[in-house]
Amino acid sequence: MSETTVTPDRPITVEETETAPGFIGVNVPRKEDRRLVQGEGVFVDDVKRHGMAYVHFVRSPYAHAAITRIDVSKAVALEGVYGTLLGEEVAAETDPFFQIAPPPAGELKDYALAVGKVRHVGEPVVAVAAATRELARDAADLVEVDYEPLEAVVDTEHAADPGVAQLHDEAPSNTIWQGNFDYGDYDAALAEADKVVRIKRLHFHRFSSTPLETSGAVVEYNRGTGQWTIHSNNQFPGFAIIMMGPALKVGMDKLRFVSQDIGGGFGNKICTHVQLVALCLLARKLKRAVNWTEWRTDQHTANSHGNERVFLDVEVPVRSDGTMLGFKARMIDDCGAFTRYEPLGCIIWAQVTPGVYRWRNVRVDFSQVCTNKSPCGPNRGYSRMQHLWFTERVIDIVAEQLGLDPVEIRKRNYIRADEMPYETPNGCVYDSGDYARCLDDALKLIDYGSIETRRRDAESRGKLLGVGIGSTLDSGTNNFGQSTIVNPELQFSGNNEVATVKLDIFGEIVVTLGTTPQGQSHETTAAQVVADLLQVEPDDVTVRAGHDSYWNSHAGFSGTYASQFAVTGLGAVKGATEMLREEILKIGAAVLGAESTEEVELGGGFVKRKDNPEAALPFMACGAIVNANNAVLPLELRDITLNCRYVYVPPHQLPDTERKYGNLTLTYANQIHACVVEVDPETGVYDIVDYGAVDDCGIRINPQIVEGQVQGATAQSIGAATHETFVYDEDGNLLTPNFYDYHVPHALDMPPMKTSSVESASPFTPLGAKGMGEGGGAGLSAVAAALQNALQGAGRPIVTSSSNPYHRVWELLQNPDESRSLVSVDER
Amino acid sequence: MTEPIRSQLIAVEVNGERHERDVEARRLLVHFLRDDLDLTGTHVGCDTGNCGACTVLVDGVAIKSCMMLAVQADGSSIQTVEGLAPDGELHPLQQAFTSFHALQCGYCTPGMLMSAKHLLDHNPEPTEAEIRRAIQGNICRCTGYVNIVEAIAAAAKGGGA
Repeated sequence: MSETTVTPDRPITVEETETAPGFIGVNVPRKEDRRLVQGEGVFVDDVKRHGMAYVHFVRSPYAHAAITRIDVSKAVALEGVYGTLLGEEVAAETDPFFQIAPPPAGELKDYALAVGKVRHVGEPVVAVAAATRELARDAADLVEVDYEPLEAVVDTEHAADPGVAQLHDEAPSNTIWQGNFDYGDYDAALAEADKVVRIKRLHFHRFSSTPLETSGAVVEYNRGTGQWTIHSNNQFPGFAIIMMGPALKVGMDKLRFVSQDIGGGFGNKICTHVQLVALCLLARKLKRAVNWTEWRTDQHTANSHGNERVFLDVEVPVRSDGTMLGFKARMIDDCGAFTRYEPLGCIIWAQVTPGVYRWRNVRVDFSQVCTNKSPCGPNRGYSRMQHLWFTERVIDIVAEQLGLDPVEIRKRNYIRADEMPYETPNGCVYDSGDYARCLDDALKLIDYGSIETRRRDAESRGKLLGVGIGSTLDSGTNNFGQSTIVNPELQFSGNNEVATVKLDIFGEIVVTLGTTPQGQSHETTAAQVVADLLQVEPDDVTVRAGHDSYWNSHAGFSGTYASQFAVTGLGAVKGATEMLREEILKIGAAVLGAESTEEVELGGGFVKRKDNPEAALPFMACGAIVNANNAVLPLELRDITLNCRYVYVPPHQLPDTERKYGNLTLTYANQIHACVVEVDPETGVYDIVDYGAVDDCGIRINPQIVEGQVQGATAQSIGAATHETFVYDEDGNLLTPNFYDYHVPHALDMPPMKTSSVESASPFTPLGAKGMGEGGGAGLSAVAAALQNALQGAGRPIVTSSSNPYHRVWELLQNPDESRSLVSVDER
Repeated sequence: MTEPIRSQLIAVEVNGERHERDVEARRLLVHFLRDDLDLTGTHVGCDTGNCGACTVLVDGVAIKSCMMLAVQADGSSIQTVEGLAPDGELHPLQQAFTSFHALQCGYCTPGMLMSAKHLLDHNPEPTEAEIRRAIQGNICRCTGYVNIVEAIAAAAKGGGA
């Protein structure tokens, strides 16, 4: 078995933190709030254009069917209807979307509208554009589509079985991707084990973060230049452009992405390139701007879902003292009907292969299947959340089976603070962290010492009390090179983000970002970094709201996704501001007659001579000289523009695709949650009566903003654990298609939530910060563990699903042996 | 046979300003506000009346404007989020929302503010449970409600700043 050391020949970039104490680390009020609390934000449906058409999609009522006839004549005859778009037009005018999967699955054809066949309920078949929202719906009702239904494939575990209907004719089976991951020496670990715990099946369910603003766009086409302007809430324009350019057969300069305020994203707004292509075609065809605002029911039925996953034939070799040596499992991921961002989920879980544990021997057979359900896409915690829930279930089931304490077994197996940076068996390098300390802090938050007293108190009231822990990682600043592990032909690697910072003619400091924030407060935190570096106040810094790919602040991977702004976005801001600072110092030195920039410094919006602070040049004068009076400057300073652009590129390397080995992300924030539940054994109804969340994301630029992310992410995982689930019937109908049936937490549903933090600075990032925001998945584990703990006195059922609504708990209470039969221990 | 009436002239007062418009009988109040009057601060987050992003006050009562037809509002006085700070000075609730970081993406915020205003107009000193009950018809997907509840409590105590 291998040792837990960082490979010596692996270069590690440790950057010095140069910023002086100032606004970094302070709860500066958000710059975004003033417009948002007054209803003066600009969200996508607030954008209006003269003569704009409203688009409504005619959608499939079948999960799987051949389209035999489409007739739009009645719809287009309706007064006020501007036109329609059909799949056959899309197939003629665009190429199918680029596929990440290698052949044969990579041969499948995915277009902006269904072509010849539908593969999930809600799939867009025809687009109708009309003068009003209401008329567009009326016209859509008049479109006639005939279908020949086909067998619906809905069962993840058996989607690839012989004889099951095929979704994509071009691919020979419903298996999208399969790969074996083998790290350490699993066979030796098995031979060495004193006990082997076996779990037949665990299930991570399908849900999504369901941002309150649905997807949408206003698309304009400039016929003179052939350029589209896409006002949208797409959260990853870099990816959308990579997908849309080839489909529309244009370069990226023809696709101008613009957004200001976005009403939540959580990953669910990454894969809207499909609808955006339909809108581009309509805007060009109809010669008018088009608006598409997705209805909530459409968002649930046919937009991004989080990946569903089953874990089969799990095997865990354990020593008698509770040291776990690794695990073996077969995992099947269900990506729904199309591979829009997939099969990247087949490698992204491997960022956190051993979770937070010192497990060195891992053997995973990972496959992904397509089914007649809504396509999946990234969802807060994307692919790692599923895997980390699995690692936490494993540890609690092993503890239960071997009679070990859940706290002690964690501490025995956690990676230790003195082992950081820690290289995992598959080559990921966890940058920093102290998981045991975070666990102690989480237990303090829920007053763990009083649990037995509270358990007896609950029992006196006829309730069963349980405690559970969730330990997760939020890996951020991903290395797109990991895509080559799923498809070695791909030419993606590294990562980047860009910012520009300028000092303009009136002395204003203006920052542009390449990101597309959806509530993550980028305007505020960017201003904090700039203010510290230029020795001004955050109020002196204007950060442009939103994103525009024409601002020259767009890099290939621009967007807001995958927990990285504090690293890539602020890294770019820091880089650009340092360039600007140097230029301001040069101008100041020249004007103030200093020999070099060493003799001047910044302060209060001035460049000052260090030896005579009275000799000071205001920033306004610097801006005016360079922009409008530059003949006064010596020739050697005429290349100064005071408009600085910096692209932050993390120190990633190409992974070893053969071994599926390498550092897949730059930072690894961690979260330890502790949850206390009280269950009514008569009904299965339970309450979360206490909850503590500890987050360590390195240096926090703005602690209040970080805490807000922690609270929000936790609420989402509690919602997912207790109520939220996309349930399909056997015919592929979604039974929870809106907020009426899909219950997200309301104010009364939320438990008392306590938070605290630990700051383990990342040695690898410009500011010591780590990406964060996706760490709430710990709640799914903590709730599952707390329920299993509470039911110890009621037949000891094993919690095997991430979805635990009241009726599921009731089922566990009614038949505990059913779940226990899935688990066994081999004594050696 | 006479054609059924498809539209109707309505008169409403919105944030103190009177508007007369001929509206389609089926037009939702929220679309009347957003599309006809260009008051886009009131948002739409669902199609089932669950999310509360479209909450406005109609004659002082908090209602979900996606669950009311514009013609039903004829003759009423409506207050939307745009009316909370008419002179640019933030309402105590708006100030408290920013002080307590009660918003992230800001999409639910206008509806949340109007529900909170309705609560405080009728119950100036609410308990935490009363605050949570008052906003249970407003979904927020970003915050977990912790800071929203604190902000409303602070505004009630005059501690918005």
